[in-house]
Amino acid sequence: MASVEYLPGKQPHAREHRMIFRNVDRVGWDQSIETAIADGAYEMLKKAVTMERQAIINEVKASGLRGRGGAGFPTGVKWGFIPPTNTKPVYLICNADESEPGTFKDRYIMHQDPHQLVEGMAISAFAVKASLCYLYIREEFPHAAKIMEKAIAEARAKGFLGKNILGSGFDCEIYVHRGAGAYICGEETGLIESLEGKRPYPRIKPPYFPAALGLYMSPTIVNNVESLCHVKHILQMGGAEYAKLGTPNNTGTRILCVSGDVQKPGYYEVEVGKVTMGEVINDLCGGLKPGRSLKAIIPGGSSAKVLKADEKYKLKDGRELTIWDIPMDFDTMAACGSMAGSGGVMIMDDSRSMAWVINNLNKFYQHESCGQCTPCREGSPWMAKISDRIVAGNASPDDVDMLEQVANQIEGKTICAFGEAASWPTQSFVRKFRDEIKSVTKTDLSGKIVNEETKLAVAGLKA
Amino acid sequence: MEIPAELAARIDEAITHYPVSKRSAVLPVLHLLQEHFRFISEEAVAWTAAKLGLEPIKVLEVVTFYPGFRQEAPGKVHIRVCRTLACAMAGSYEVMNKFCEVANIDRSHTSHHHPIAKSDDGKFSIEFVECLASCGSAPVCLVEDDLHERLTTENLGDVLAKY
Repeated sequence: MASVEYLPGKQPHAREHRMIFRNVDRVGWDQSIETAIADGAYEMLKKAVTMERQAIINEVKASGLRGRGGAGFPTGVKWGFIPPTNTKPVYLICNADESEPGTFKDRYIMHQDPHQLVEGMAISAFAVKASLCYLYIREEFPHAAKIMEKAIAEARAKGFLGKNILGSGFDCEIYVHRGAGAYICGEETGLIESLEGKRPYPRIKPPYFPAALGLYMSPTIVNNVESLCHVKHILQMGGAEYAKLGTPNNTGTRILCVSGDVQKPGYYEVEVGKVTMGEVINDLCGGLKPGRSLKAIIPGGSSAKVLKADEKYKLKDGRELTIWDIPMDFDTMAACGSMAGSGGVMIMDDSRSMAWVINNLNKFYQHESCGQCTPCREGSPWMAKISDRIVAGNASPDDVDMLEQVANQIEGKTICAFGEAASWPTQSFVRKFRDEIKSVTKTDLSGKIVNEETKLAVAGLKA
Repeated sequence: MEIPAELAARIDEAITHYPVSKRSAVLPVLHLLQEHFRFISEEAVAWTAAKLGLEPIKVLEVVTFYPGFRQEAPGKVHIRVCRTLACAMAGSYEVMNKFCEVANIDRSHTSHHHPIAKSDDGKFSIEFVECLASCGSAPVCLVEDDLHERLTTENLGDVLAKY
């Protein structure tokens, strides 16, 4: 393979390990299949169709690959959940809904390297024996949908998709399916409902684990864009060799999407766990803005619990970490009380009001709650209302505690994980920044009704 | 409502992508209709329902759920400004206000179910949307299908001038 050069100003940082993003911002690169094939694309698909299906699944299991969409569940294990006695058709869905605030990696894969995803999907489809695949792309990526449709058509014309691919006897079709602007479609069972043409109300698990009862009540594998791209590299390297990248149980590379108050926000592909939060901020992102100090970090997409700059994290092995020492992996991030999630790292410096930040996020969850479960449908607008009141300076200190209580009544009480996604930001911001948030409230309002709507309601009840 | 032959052919082709259930084609059919008519009318709901063999409510409930479907016509050029955290931290509320000032749009009557505001001349319409997944180049907006990144109150005039 030719050596890779990158566009001026877009060169990867020396700490990066470009694998999935190898061709992003590459000089002389385009989206065509000719360019991709000249670079070795579809060689792994050719290899895959000569392999035993179980051997591919075993390689993915051996690689330790964990899903890059948010939950971090081992991809190979997920594939293994298809019931062995299954006689129904199996479907593969690529989740390209990329809508977790702070996350912007799949966008670049689809816009700049569509054939990597098509190949990853075709290999995975072969492994799980799915002859019909859907690529669920969020509506806000209209160009990505066109690029992927073109790439799929090119791959079909070359015999990499369609009937009897590469003479293997295996048929495989991929269709692009566009969402319509709803965050909940990133939840895999919501996505499946959406793909069935319904309102995307998530399904309850059990029994609706997609690998057993998914699309059209058939076994369905739903994987993130980045995860499916990794499958190709796992076949190339071999699962055991791939597992040497990163750290134990946190293998491979992953793309960190950094936004907020740093000098150079953007995407950085690194070996999982091989860089620390401090290195992300100071090395990859060129540090904080001049004269500013770190206040808080949301480490894995907006649903991840916030980390506070002066916290210390005691680990089970006795180590004590500061926020700067946390390795960017799945397990340590979880041990520090948050999650690596989707890789969306949002940095906030001392210029930010935490009341304002949580208000912004509460408005997001209010807007995106699908409305199926009462605690979430009612609770997320209340969280937005209370935090609106706090930001407007019309809240009493008790309102801050009430905000946390509302979040507590959503967490764990909903069909899907949106309930946690909506309540964790509020819970963590209030618990860690309670004094600051209370400082913008007014004690003389304590115990009084200050909301006009509530006053009217109470008056009505009494009348 | 008249469906041109070319659009009808694209709709028929899209339906073939769902051999198991025609109902799955609701979103793609609605997308094609909205692309052509700019919004989903009651007629379009009825037409889609008839086309896919569904009760109209099964289509309407989808239209009203998804923020991506509009039930009234937007301006000739529709702008979607990202409202969520990374963009807001980078100034998307200021950008929204400036857009409205430059394009002469009054957003005071917008609400959850009526998020779109139009300029008096009908040329521009605007709405806040949730995360557009380009947080590293915040703040961003979509003008029709095109993403514009790193907006400032100074450079958004140049963005509008392109349309």
